[in-house]
Amino acid sequence: MSEVAPKELRIVGFLCNWCSYGGADTAGVGRFKQPTDLRIIRVPCSGRVDPMFVVRALLTGADGVLVSGCHPRDCHYTDGNFYARRRLEMLKRLLPFMGIDDKRFHYTWVSASEGQKWQQVVTGFTNQVHALGPMHQK
Amino acid sequence: MRVGVFICHCGSNIAGTVDVAKVAEEARKMPGVAYATDYMYTCSEPGQKEITDAIERDKLDRVVVAACSPRMHENTFRRTVMKAGLNRYFFEQANIREHVSWIGLDKELNTTKAIEEVRMAVAKVMKNKPLFSSSFKINKRVLVIGGGVAGMQAAIDCADGGLEVVMVEKSPSIGGMMARLDKTFPTVDCSICILGPKMVDVAQHDLIKLHAYSEIAEIKGYVGNYQVKIRKKPTYVDWTKCTGCGLCMEKCPTKNAYDHFNFGAAPTRAINIPFPQAIPKKATIDPNYCRQFVKGKCGVCAKVCPTGAINYEMQEEFITEEVGAIITATGYGLMDMEKLTEYGGGRYPDVISGIQYERFLNASGPTSGHIIRPSDHEEPKTIVFVSCAGSRDKSCGVPYCSNFCCMYIAKQAILTKDHIPDSQSYVFYMDIRSPGKGYDEFTRRAQEEYGAKYIRGRVSRIYPKGKKMVVKGADTLLGTQVEIEADLVVLATAVVSAPGAGQMAEKLHISYDTFGFYVESHPKLRPVETNTSGVYLAGACQGPKDIPASVGQGSAAAAKVLSLFSKDMLESDPAIAQVNTNNCVGCLKCLKTCPFQAIVEDTLRSGKKVAKVIETVCAGCGVCTSTCPCGAIQLQHFTDNQLLAEVNAICQK
Repeated sequence: MSEVAPKELRIVGFLCNWCSYGGADTAGVGRFKQPTDLRIIRVPCSGRVDPMFVVRALLTGADGVLVSGCHPRDCHYTDGNFYARRRLEMLKRLLPFMGIDDKRFHYTWVSASEGQKWQQVVTGFTNQVHALGPMHQK
Repeated sequence: MRVGVFICHCGSNIAGTVDVAKVAEEARKMPGVAYATDYMYTCSEPGQKEITDAIERDKLDRVVVAACSPRMHENTFRRTVMKAGLNRYFFEQANIREHVSWIGLDKELNTTKAIEEVRMAVAKVMKNKPLFSSSFKINKRVLVIGGGVAGMQAAIDCADGGLEVVMVEKSPSIGGMMARLDKTFPTVDCSICILGPKMVDVAQHDLIKLHAYSEIAEIKGYVGNYQVKIRKKPTYVDWTKCTGCGLCMEKCPTKNAYDHFNFGAAPTRAINIPFPQAIPKKATIDPNYCRQFVKGKCGVCAKVCPTGAINYEMQEEFITEEVGAIITATGYGLMDMEKLTEYGGGRYPDVISGIQYERFLNASGPTSGHIIRPSDHEEPKTIVFVSCAGSRDKSCGVPYCSNFCCMYIAKQAILTKDHIPDSQSYVFYMDIRSPGKGYDEFTRRAQEEYGAKYIRGRVSRIYPKGKKMVVKGADTLLGTQVEIEADLVVLATAVVSAPGAGQMAEKLHISYDTFGFYVESHPKLRPVETNTSGVYLAGACQGPKDIPASVGQGSAAAAKVLSLFSKDMLESDPAIAQVNTNNCVGCLKCLKTCPFQAIVEDTLRSGKKVAKVIETVCAGCGVCTSTCPCGAIQLQHFTDNQLLAEVNAICQK
């Protein structure tokens, strides 16, 4: 009953409500075409993203995980994204020890006005994950 | 659990590239889903009735709407489910428009993606808990940052509505950019004559408290209860004693201080009052130029001041104001013309910026209203205006249009003819942008009545030749190269964000775009709100704007504050952190990471130390939740279980 078409991979995105989710909306409004692999989960702040979520996704079926928040110093909650940056950078270095290619995980900052940048981020990361191929052989 | 799923067509916006009927059909098969349907416009009145009817008929207890972005309609549908008796947090919205139908071309892939988005929303809504908001008192005072025309309008409207207003202005006088202008388009009204009465209103209004020469140091709190720390910069003049007589300015031996008010059009004294109508009309010492500060001795102003107001030992001072809402009217800045090296601004004295020219035209300006060439103080006869100096030029980092330059160039061309009847103005332009009421007629008058010669094309280079400046450019309508020997060149430098706009936005927790302009909540429907509740925008801090638009936005922001303050209590957002004291081990890591100091240490009756959330202070970011080592503190509506349900819905099938 898998709904994933053979050429599509599974990419999970955690986006903060104030900047990146808005940026993805702006990209939609501007009709900036993107690959369809990404599934977006809305969180209030990138600081809410527990590294455990990322690991859980990668271990249970995702081929890539993308986290995006507000630009550093422009966080809706003052400094939530600084906590995110520290945790996610740590996670990125930890992933290879768990046998996961760290190219399957990416974190970035996209503001609500950067629709075009969002298009580039999604396209770039999707291509990167496709280059690695599926993580879970079915 | 009985979940109802409603798939919106949004006309052809979604249905055009997503097979909505198939999404509804697949939704029906999802665990927990009792009812699923698709509808043309779910946000319409009959569309919402469809939801309330289905809740009643099929005994639904959770609702998922797959439609546009929740940033658009989440509140609409929350109200809908509330009307049918459900808690508003038993609703989730799947974004299948901005994130699916508008960005993917392949209908099959889009449909698959939409089904998965619905699956995630269903998984999440089944984990949702009912939440209830509490209410809190608001402080009905408003802070206005910036004393330009937009800020003044906002302050006066708020104060007339009975609110106490605190205005903070960074320069020594209010008035902003408009106070610097000579005349305004398209009426050629004297700028200070129409602005002056407003400035006096601000100064004399009982409910407006003005902090001039002050800056915002820090902002804490949330809508209804902000604590604002204001830094009063040292003026080195006791303003309670200063009468604004101007004697100090006359006697000051330092004659080469940079004149911020005149944008360096001419030097000024180290102690000065920026302009005759300044409010407050008090003197300020510029310590970068004052001999007492630079060389350690002088003291002339202290000797001549009849009231003994000079105080070289003055220190900066911090005060705290408590307000409930903030109107940001910090205005704009102008591109430094030295950046445009091909035009030679800053290098050649006879190439000046539009605002400097405005000061030359002004009767209270450095030349008392006589147009001169800065190099030899002679009257110029041939004047070239260069529009889009930096604007609409990606290579300068300003791809946007600066909005009002076309109009002020036309005005300056008209005024030039009035001042010097035998002069000839040339205007290099890319397009004439004059879309306001009476604006296009005005630019035509400049050409037809006042004989300004408009040349469509860009200027490539400006260089000196004897006493003249040669302006080399193209006339794209004739398809020829043009060279004009000018006495004076005026550059309409690009409008950029105010200096320090980014840092100010960071203090306010509002977002700003790549250019430093503040981002409104919705570009069309919420133009004065920001995404931070209680913070509003007025004027050019949001984007280049002319005077009528700034005044309009100032009034609009005031109206928003008045409507916010029409209630005595505000409802809090219940999506905040909650501590499970059974699981909490009292490590208090959450206390250290909380950006809002919303967590305190608490001792239970058993003597156990635990974390406690102050409900009104918590803003709901969830940093504590991902910090807690034992999952004891959970951000409501975004708990670990709720977010993992979404992860599982994508990953485990």
